[in-house]
Amino acid sequence: MFRLKLVPSTPSLNFLKYMPVAGLSSLAAVLVSIGLFFIIGLNLGIDFRGGILIEARSETPADIGGVRGDLENLGLGDISIQSFGSDRDVLIRVQKQEGDERAQLQAIEKITNALGGAYDIRRTEFVGPTVGAELAEKGILAVACALFAIMIYIWFRFEWQFSIAAFLALTHDVLTTIGLFALTGFEFNLATLAAILTIAGYSINDTVVVFDRVRENLRKYKSWEQPKILNKSLNETLSRTVMTTVTTAIALIAIILFGGAVLRDFALAMLWGVTIGTYSSIFIAVGLISRFDLKRNDDEDNQIPTPEYER
Amino acid sequence: MLQFETWKKAIVLLLVATGMLYAAPNLFSRGDDSGGTAFMPGQAINLGLDLQGGSHLLLQADLSAVVAERMVSVSENLRLTLRAEKIRFRSLKANADSVGFALRSNETDDVANAQIDGILADLGRDFDVVRTGQAFTIRFNEAGLQNLANQTVEQAIEIIRRRLDPDGTKEPVIQRQGKDRILVQLPGVDDPERIKRLIGRTARLTFQLVDMRTTAQEARNSGRVPPGSVLLESAEEGGQEYIVEKRVMVSGELLENASAGFDQNSRPAVNFQLNAEGARRFGRVTGENIGRPFAIVLDGKVVSAPVIQSQIFGSGQITGNFDVAETNELALILRAGALPAPLIILEERSVGPGLGADSIAAGQIAAMVGLALVIIYMVLSYGLFGVFADIALMVNIVLILGALSALQATLTLPGIAGIVLTMGMAVDANVLVFERIREELRGGRRVAQAIEAGYSRALSTIIDSNLTTLFAALFLFVFGSGPIKGFAVTLSLGIATSMFTALMVTRLLIVVWVNAKRPKKLEL
Repeated sequence: MFRLKLVPSTPSLNFLKYMPVAGLSSLAAVLVSIGLFFIIGLNLGIDFRGGILIEARSETPADIGGVRGDLENLGLGDISIQSFGSDRDVLIRVQKQEGDERAQLQAIEKITNALGGAYDIRRTEFVGPTVGAELAEKGILAVACALFAIMIYIWFRFEWQFSIAAFLALTHDVLTTIGLFALTGFEFNLATLAAILTIAGYSINDTVVVFDRVRENLRKYKSWEQPKILNKSLNETLSRTVMTTVTTAIALIAIILFGGAVLRDFALAMLWGVTIGTYSSIFIAVGLISRFDLKRNDDEDNQIPTPEYER
Repeated sequence: MLQFETWKKAIVLLLVATGMLYAAPNLFSRGDDSGGTAFMPGQAINLGLDLQGGSHLLLQADLSAVVAERMVSVSENLRLTLRAEKIRFRSLKANADSVGFALRSNETDDVANAQIDGILADLGRDFDVVRTGQAFTIRFNEAGLQNLANQTVEQAIEIIRRRLDPDGTKEPVIQRQGKDRILVQLPGVDDPERIKRLIGRTARLTFQLVDMRTTAQEARNSGRVPPGSVLLESAEEGGQEYIVEKRVMVSGELLENASAGFDQNSRPAVNFQLNAEGARRFGRVTGENIGRPFAIVLDGKVVSAPVIQSQIFGSGQITGNFDVAETNELALILRAGALPAPLIILEERSVGPGLGADSIAAGQIAAMVGLALVIIYMVLSYGLFGVFADIALMVNIVLILGALSALQATLTLPGIAGIVLTMGMAVDANVLVFERIREELRGGRRVAQAIEAGYSRALSTIIDSNLTTLFAALFLFVFGSGPIKGFAVTLSLGIATSMFTALMVTRLLIVVWVNAKRPKKLEL
């Protein structure tokens, strides 16, 4: 019977051979990401920076130049106007206005009046400077707490080496994603932050599956050398890793193509995250634990239940 | 023979059936409450404002304004009391957050001190009084500020509700958040600007006599306003300024009703009726001041100042430069009452109904396409077992929808993305099991044993990997707001239901199939 197999039944790739290269390139990528973050910086959305976002639709294809002319006369400072989703939709972003919250609301009124009857206002978002700063603070806290909670859980379920490796692999995913956003200038907003946390969740899911197999094989093949065990574990889980990555990617591509403009950036960030998460589970997480001398004796608490017929 | 106890089968079937029952109302079109859905428990999923359209506003009550106002009234009361008690004082002054005064130097005897202690004690427990020599400073203490915040915010919530939902039909969410914030969520809004106008105004209405001793022009030129009076601008831009007496003759709390109408020149106006107390006072003031202009002041600006022609009692009319929509809005907010504090809009997210409908449609298409592709991919990869996994996947989606309905959780646009993402991730548990079974088969085990071993070996991996993802979702829920919370909810529910469907539903299907067919060889 036909079976679609992206990975041969019993692959025997020597993953450990590539670890030094992968490790160095990842280290470089992380350093470059940190550099980009500080040099270029993120294109922060209004969620974090405060400001106004208005989505409007016209009956006929939108005249972006005309809209820009109309709005620039209002004297609201830096205004970005772009087509959004279809040629009838425009997305207007206005920087935070001088003054308090009231000044921001007046700006919204001015814009809606200037757009007049030709445009239907489909979405208005306004984030005041106070709330923007709070959202940024909460977001950083959320990512940090999630990473630490995951690290502690892994420590509890595995050995400490695993938890450090998983933590560093996750940090790698988060930092390179931030670097990608700095490099491409994609807007970094609340949805992006959610994407990053989901990426962390997905990546750790992948890492745990591999770690589980490593732990099992460490007990099973006590006489083997550690690198051989790690390679075997990666090969055994490779088929599943690819399978899950592909199904998740399929779902994400469906969102990118059909889910509408609002979700597109979110799904793109996720797609990147799924890729980098899969890579980091193999090359960073396992690469890091290969540096440690891992414990092999059975731990009563974590023993895998033996099936009945083997008892 | 593979084991799957009857009671387990019963529980699985029961859970799936319950999920379907709860998910069922979502098949019917919204707003159609008649017939069809009556036999089903619960309701359809709550759609977030980004999907059904609506306004989300985060407001802050400006407590500093309330404190300042209270300081003025404390100082005025103190002035009257001290005078009545014949205690001599100087430099009584209300500041932004305190009241200061000093006793005259000769007021030092014990009697005066006992009196002043008594007066200050009467202020109540909300205030702290600090005395340095003859000087006193009164300000709110922590508890006093807390009480003030509680009162102000609770009252503001009541007034906002009356303004936004005068008929009690729109089901807005109006909640206090933190010390001085109020969250307003109003579904199905066509004109978010109108909402902001309705709550953006304090709407404190007062009637004050115009001071005839001088004109606004003179006061402006000399920079001097007669004591007891104040210079107020006009509500119209560039309109006439007035000098009005500080004393409020009648205020908005005494209104009984207000409605939009027209004046004798057919210009839009607001008619109002006063209650008994208001009518008595209004009658007295108008009777005593025929021929004088009487200023109608709204939020510190003069709307108009008609000359009193005759004694008026219960009702009157506010005229100004209004259009019909404005008189309707003004009448509505006057009926609802004045806000206890100005409200500052900290955050707004409004989505029109058109965009919401488009988002639902796009989300549905994305979900359908994603589902179809994943289903095909699973069948191509695992054949019959792929079909089993696909059935479990569909059960999974039904269960997520059922759980969302049962919990009356809110489905947002990122929430739909969460469901689509879970579809990709839901098959993961099955993939883990199937890959294990393949390994066991390669290892030479017989079919039933391979399946049994596949499940038991994959179990701890599945639990570990899903629990860690759940952590991430949990933090999204705790720290996220609005739509992001919705994403966290669907993701968490999806993780829970996918573990159930993979471990229970797929297994049930496989066990039933294996026991019926007794295959010697397994094509996986």
